[in-house]
Amino acid sequence: MKSDTRRLGSAFLLFFIPVILWLLLLVVLPHLELLRLSFTGNGRPGEVGFSLDNYMAFFKEPIYWLTFVRTAMYAILVTVLVTAIALPVSFYITKLVKVRAAGFLMVLLLVPFWVSELIRVYGWIILLRESGVLNRLLVSIGLFTEPVEMLYNDITMVMGLVYTSMLFMVIPVIGVMEDLDDSLIEAAHDLGASRLAIWRTIIIPHCTPGIVSGGIIVFMLVLGSYLTPNLMGGKNSLWFTEQIYNQIILYFNWNQGAAFGFLLLVLSSLIIWVLLKLTGQNLKEVVK
Amino acid sequence: MQYALSVRNLTKKFSAFTAVDNVSFDVEDGKFFSILGPSGCGKTTLLRMIAGFYTQTDGQILFGGQDMTNVAPNKRPVNLVFQSLALFPMMNVFENIAFGLRRRGEKGAAISRKVNDVLERVSLPDAGAKQVHQLSGGQKQRIAIARCLVLEPRVLLLDEPLGALDAKLREHMKVELKKLQAQVGTTFIYITHDQSEAMVMSDQVAVMNAGRFEQVGTPQDLYHGPSSSFVAQFVGSNNKLRVSLRAAGRGKYVAKYANGLQYPVPETDYLEAGDGWDLFVRPEAMIINPSVQAGDFNLMPATVKSILFDGGNSRLLVSPRGTDDELVVALPQNRQYDAIRAGDDVTIGWDPTKSVCYKSVDWKLYDEE
Repeated sequence: MKSDTRRLGSAFLLFFIPVILWLLLLVVLPHLELLRLSFTGNGRPGEVGFSLDNYMAFFKEPIYWLTFVRTAMYAILVTVLVTAIALPVSFYITKLVKVRAAGFLMVLLLVPFWVSELIRVYGWIILLRESGVLNRLLVSIGLFTEPVEMLYNDITMVMGLVYTSMLFMVIPVIGVMEDLDDSLIEAAHDLGASRLAIWRTIIIPHCTPGIVSGGIIVFMLVLGSYLTPNLMGGKNSLWFTEQIYNQIILYFNWNQGAAFGFLLLVLSSLIIWVLLKLTGQNLKEVVK
Repeated sequence: MQYALSVRNLTKKFSAFTAVDNVSFDVEDGKFFSILGPSGCGKTTLLRMIAGFYTQTDGQILFGGQDMTNVAPNKRPVNLVFQSLALFPMMNVFENIAFGLRRRGEKGAAISRKVNDVLERVSLPDAGAKQVHQLSGGQKQRIAIARCLVLEPRVLLLDEPLGALDAKLREHMKVELKKLQAQVGTTFIYITHDQSEAMVMSDQVAVMNAGRFEQVGTPQDLYHGPSSSFVAQFVGSNNKLRVSLRAAGRGKYVAKYANGLQYPVPETDYLEAGDGWDLFVRPEAMIINPSVQAGDFNLMPATVKSILFDGGNSRLLVSPRGTDDELVVALPQNRQYDAIRAGDDVTIGWDPTKSVCYKSVDWKLYDEE
């Protein structure tokens, strides 16, 4: 009996050592090093040893914190848009179509995610650029007189972000919506509720846990995304991740970049915490 | 007479399958009307058409004389108590009941007065602040009904609402529902496959089979004068004797049973000589070892196979001599028959006027799941 437990213990260790090593060496240690760097001067004369300058720079330079505010606002906007699209889509898949069609639609949703984000963004570029497919089509049918540049503005960027993060909202919302008893919807309808009232009083309250967990994922994903805003947003659409990239790669200022990285982590967590508090949600219940 | 609900030639087809076939009936104001039928007979489809969730293929539904064919469920003067009850788990009891009132745009003070009033009527005056999951089965039941009653519907539809309750509570709720209906005076239309529920509570019962109404009448009518083989088998319990008919002159017929015994059959116009008839005799109509051997009393010698003791509902399982059939006979618990044991020979007697005879039809009366 005792040897059984011991054997189980050693087997457990065998499987967990790689995991623990992975986490420790590739996640925890680099982060600790970055944390140390962020609190250290950048090595230029007079800027060595412990210093808070890297963090102060964020608040002193308007370009930095304005970029962050802009990024956060767009991330919230994208989350709201994704929710608004995901709710009817999930409702259609779980409640309106037959089971087999629902499976097919789920595959249609998943298939684009087998391709990397980079490829999908280039796909959009092929469609939307001045000499792209959509422009050719619109000009050839005479709707436009000459091609229009549809890329490199905020609207296209938001659209791209909504597209790339859609699935992460649809899947948790479908999960909770499947549990919604159809008779609740019918009962509400029978008791005099209009379509809008049914959505407001029955469906959305029921789906709140899914919406909140999906919302957190989408918000974090959009806030930390780099490819889509960089490639589709163009020069004027500065994203906070680009600031980090610039510090580390262009200016070779690892200390400043590390500080921005941690600020992104802390501030985004703070925003989620505030939003959860404002909407009266409990993180424990959402995670459950 | 004002009818709360009139249904005219209602038909519902799902592609090739006809779920409800040309059904017509009227329900008087303030009555308790039941639709009784086995599962799959179309009763839920009928109910959903009345509530407005299905559109009929043909026919009309009228509430108080007004045609409701193109009226959405949320605009009909009718409310449905769902089989699953469908109480909203995201709201407390008060909000559940207030739901319909709020959708009508009523004001806060009027809402809380009406909700407390209806909670009083279903005898749960303090339940308002409770969450739905804190209620017992019987309480949920009453809240589901209160949620509809507060809207003062012209007709209240109930879709087997007692199905999920355990046996004891179901017996209790039958009486409760009947009392509640008498007290509020709303017209109830009650769907069930349980004939005891339908009989105990209803003023009128419609027996439904394969999309059609077989018979509509008071529970007493259905019990004493079933108008078809199906009703005779479905309402109450009944013994079925396979017989062949023989004309006995002057429009009278005699039924010949497998063991050669012959019994006169009550006169009706549809009888004709031949095989394939069923003679129905209720267990309660059969008397064990009848003491009065009057000439017109039907007698049948039989062997007791077993005694099914169930208090006031005790039965004797007997096998008529010369056959392998089984008959069920009521066994009154007045100590008169205590001496009967399995294997004994007894004589079963019944009044011929209490039997009915129909052409044999085999119905599936229940699903064996």
